Parts: sequence; C-alpha cells; structure tokens
Amino acid sequence: MSALVIRNLQKTYRNDVEALKGISLEVAAGDFFALLGPNGAGKSTTIGIISSLVNKTAGEVEIFGHDLDRDRIEAKRRVGVVPQEFNFNQFEKVLDILVAQAGFYGIPARQARERAEFYLRKLGLWDKRDSQSRMLSGGMKRRLMIARALVHDPDLLILDEPTAGVDIELRRSMWDFLTELNGQGKTIILTTHYLEEAESLCRRIAIIDHGRIVENTDMKSLLDKLQVETFVLDLAEPLTVAPELGDIEVRLKDSLTLEVAVPKSSDLNGVFARLADSHISVRSMRNKSNRLEELFVRLVERNLPGGGGQ
Amino acid sequence: MNIRPMNMRYQWVAFCTILSKEIRRFTRIWAQTLLPPAITMTLYFVIFGNLIGSRIGDMGGFDYMQFIVPGLIMMSVIQNSYGNVVSSFFSTKFQRSIEEMLVSPMSSMTILLGYIAGGVARGILVGIIVTLLSLFFTRLHIENLLVTMLVVVLTATLFSIGGFINAIFANKFDDVAIIPTFILTPLTYLGGVFYSIDLLPDFWRTVSLFNPIVYMVNAFRYGLLGVSDVDVVGSLVAVAGFTLVMFFFALWLLQRGTGIRQ
Repeated sequence: MSALVIRNLQKTYRNDVEALKGISLEVAAGDFFALLGPNGAGKSTTIGIISSLVNKTAGEVEIFGHDLDRDRIEAKRRVGVVPQEFNFNQFEKVLDILVAQAGFYGIPARQARERAEFYLRKLGLWDKRDSQSRMLSGGMKRRLMIARALVHDPDLLILDEPTAGVDIELRRSMWDFLTELNGQGKTIILTTHYLEEAESLCRRIAIIDHGRIVENTDMKSLLDKLQVETFVLDLAEPLTVAPELGDIEVRLKDSLTLEVAVPKSSDLNGVFARLADSHISVRSMRNKSNRLEELFVRLVERNLPGGGGQ
Repeated sequence: MNIRPMNMRYQWVAFCTILSKEIRRFTRIWAQTLLPPAITMTLYFVIFGNLIGSRIGDMGGFDYMQFIVPGLIMMSVIQNSYGNVVSSFFSTKFQRSIEEMLVSPMSSMTILLGYIAGGVARGILVGIIVTLLSLFFTRLHIENLLVTMLVVVLTATLFSIGGFINAIFANKFDDVAIIPTFILTPLTYLGGVFYSIDLLPDFWRTVSLFNPIVYMVNAFRYGLLGVSDVDVVGSLVAVAGFTLVMFFFALWLLQRGTGIRQ
C-alpha cells in the first residue's frame, strides 16, 4: 500500500508563478522519505497541497488510498503536519493546544487529554503544559508542533524543516524520536536543509527543483551516483608543493592541509600508499562536505537555465 | 459533504471543541468582552433612561426607560456577537492557527457553525447581563417569550455570520474595525433603539425601513413590550431569510478558501 501518491500535481499562484509543473511521486507505507530542494523549489507548496492549506491547480493526491478531493475526511485523518513556521495561538496553553487539536479530529475530550499527556511527556513538555505557548523556547515550540501533529495518531507524518534553528543536542534527540516513530510503522516525509539529516534518517529521496522532480530514488542508489569524493587530509609535516598522486587530483590548501579528490574507481589504500612513498604522513582525515550535499548541488546546478540538464 | 454517521460524530466533537474554545476565550478575557458592555449599557440606562428619559415622557405607550431597554439589549447582542467572531476568527487567521483547523477533517460547515455558536453564546450572555442590569432601573415584563428568544438567537446568528465574513476579507486589524465603526454603529443608533420610527417625517421613516436593525429591534421590543413599529412576523421571516443567505455565502467563501488558502 502506498502512503502517498501524487499524480501530475500542478500549482500556479495568482501572480502567475508556476510553483509546481506537474510532479508525480509515490511514497510507500512505512517509508522514511526526504523531499529536498533549494528555496522556492516547490517543497512547501507540495506539502501545503497535501495538507489542504494550498489549493491545487490540477492533479491528484491520494493518502493511503483515499483521494484528497473525493474522500477528503478519510484522507485528512491519516496525515499529521509539522509546518515550517510556528502556527499556534501564542496565548493558548500548551495542553489546551493539543486537546483542541485532537478535538478537531473528532477525538473526545477525555481521550484527547490522555493522548496530549502522552506526547507532552514523550517530548519533554509536560512540565510546561500550563504555560502559554509564547513563553516556550524555540526548541520547545518545535517539539510542541510535533506533539500536536501526532495527537490524532496519523499514519503519515509530514515535517517541513523540523529541526531548523534547534541546537545539535535537540536535533539528535528529535532524530531518535522520528526514527522510533518510523520503527513503529509511521510513514515519515521530511523536508530539510540539513542534508546530513536526510542522509542519516531517510531511505528514499526526491529532489525537487523549479517545480519539477529532478531525482526520485533510494538513498543508496543516489549516493552511488557520486563519482568523486573529496577528502581533507591534515598533515604531520608542512609541505611547500602538492605531491603528484597519479590520476588523483591533489590541491594544497595550506602548508598542513591537502585536498584529494578520489574517483570511485580508486581506493583509499592506494592514496595512502602513494603518500607514504612521498614520505608524507597524515594525522587525520575528513570528508570535505556531506556526500549528499555534493550530489544535491550538482543536480540542482544541472537543472539551472544554461546548465547541462535536459 | 460526507454525512456518514461516524463522520457526523467526528464533526459534532469538532464543533463542540470550537464552541468550548470560544467560550473559554471570551470568559478568560472577560474584562475586554463582558465588562465593557455592562458599563456602557449602565451609563445608557442612567443618562438616557433616568436623567434625560424622565423629561421625555412616554414613548409608544411606555415610559422612556422601558422603551429603550429592549433596544439597548439588542444593541449589546448585535455588537458582541459580531465582535466576538470578527476578532476571534481574524486573530486565528493572523496567527495562522487557522491551519490547525484546515489540516483537520473538520468540514467547512463545522468550522462556520462552531464560530457562529461562539458568537451567539457571547451575544446571549451579554444580553442576559444587560437585561439583569436593566432590572435595577425598570420593571421588565416579557410579553411573548417565543418571539423574544427567536429574535435574540436569529439576530446573534446573523451578526456572528457578519463578523465571520468580515474576518474572512480582513487583511489587517484596521479592516476588523471599519465595519463596526462606520456601518454597524450608525445602523444600530438609527435602528429605532432610542426612538419610535413613527416619530420621524415620512421620508426618513421610509429610509429607516431599509435598515435591517429596525426590524430586529422592533421584533424584540414586541417580544418584551408587545409593541412594534413594523410587522413582527414579516420581520422574523426577513431576518431568517437574510441569515440563511449570509450563512451560505460565508460557507461558500470558506469552502473556496477566500482569504485563508493560497
């Protein structure tokens, strides 16, 4: 069963901006899916249409087999949305926000309170239940939005930039929580600017740019497309010129730092053997950038007008 | 619209959620919502009823205080039902917490009914407060309970819908204040609250008949005192008809997402 099926989705805003140019997408039930793209690519419009906040121009959306136009109520009951920007009443109490949200999904008050308590405890907000939401820190507000999206127990959870602006510790704990939810069978769709987040959490990925899907595959296949990986080597002794390492491109960034671009056909053992032959000793090594980031930049650049894409 | 019993139950719970949220909101900020009309109307009773009214004498066969009480109660109902919905729904739009409702399976009908019920609840509560205050100044006799209740509920419903439509079109806080200040208040003051329209010259009496508030105030006055400047049954039918038209217009706006969906 597919959690989400999108067919030929189009959106043209009143100012004639064509945000979506007929995208199609399928997300399997139980998947952990990343939707990536640069700013203005159409991610938030897509999520807006799925969550009924944006009217589509054309196309179809199905959520767990329920068409969003013809079977709107059943389709909407299965989705929970965590938007990018805070969108709760700043003067309402934390517990009231969750109980009301459950009520909007038809959950009676007593059950709504039980669920609200469960998720507030789970996300470390129970002590803040009687605080007005405006009194919460940024990280707490993010957690409140996640709790609110889960309170009606959706099968599909959509998160638009859930970890934007949160500190590393909280980000890690949110990743653990999302992984736990996915392990319990919830389908998760995530948009993020932290590509490390997508790479470490998601199994499948779609890249959207200028209103079109430019890539839609599993994470491993996508990363396999990376032909060259760049490593940064911190040297034990200073150098004045970059060494010759055959077909491997080498750049001396400063006297103690080398950048080596290793093709997939080569292995790192060969690189180290040649460095050893040149009497260069390496103290430490790291990736120049996130692997997904390299691919992402390449795919998006290819899609630019005048780029090498189709 | 889906009318399966299961969904009807969901919609009912969602409706009750909006209504209880609205009641919680206006009772929490009672100093802004319930106290001001109580003070304003008490001033009207003291100044127009006691001080000036005693010099005016009878109007419509009743002393002036008795004559203006129904109009002032109705004025409170109109202003508060309208004010409740316009401020609450616009604030929901402004803070984007409306998205909480739009993503849910709640139908547009449920959202609209929930806000109307909230406006009617405040309108009636303020109406009761003003009625109780009026008892300090005059005797109150209810001539026809059914007409009295019907007019209050219909009027509160109509102006709650009006507030909802205003909030849908409003883009800034100024837009929320324009209609009450420049349309609602003049229509109410010229709607026969303080005088019988029979006192007006023919031309202005005819002009007054185009003011819908004249019919509400007079129908309510009939419910309490048994006198009216206009036909009561005709008034009730006209107000009910207008309420239905406004309701479906508001529903249509909500369904097409005017002012709330891109």
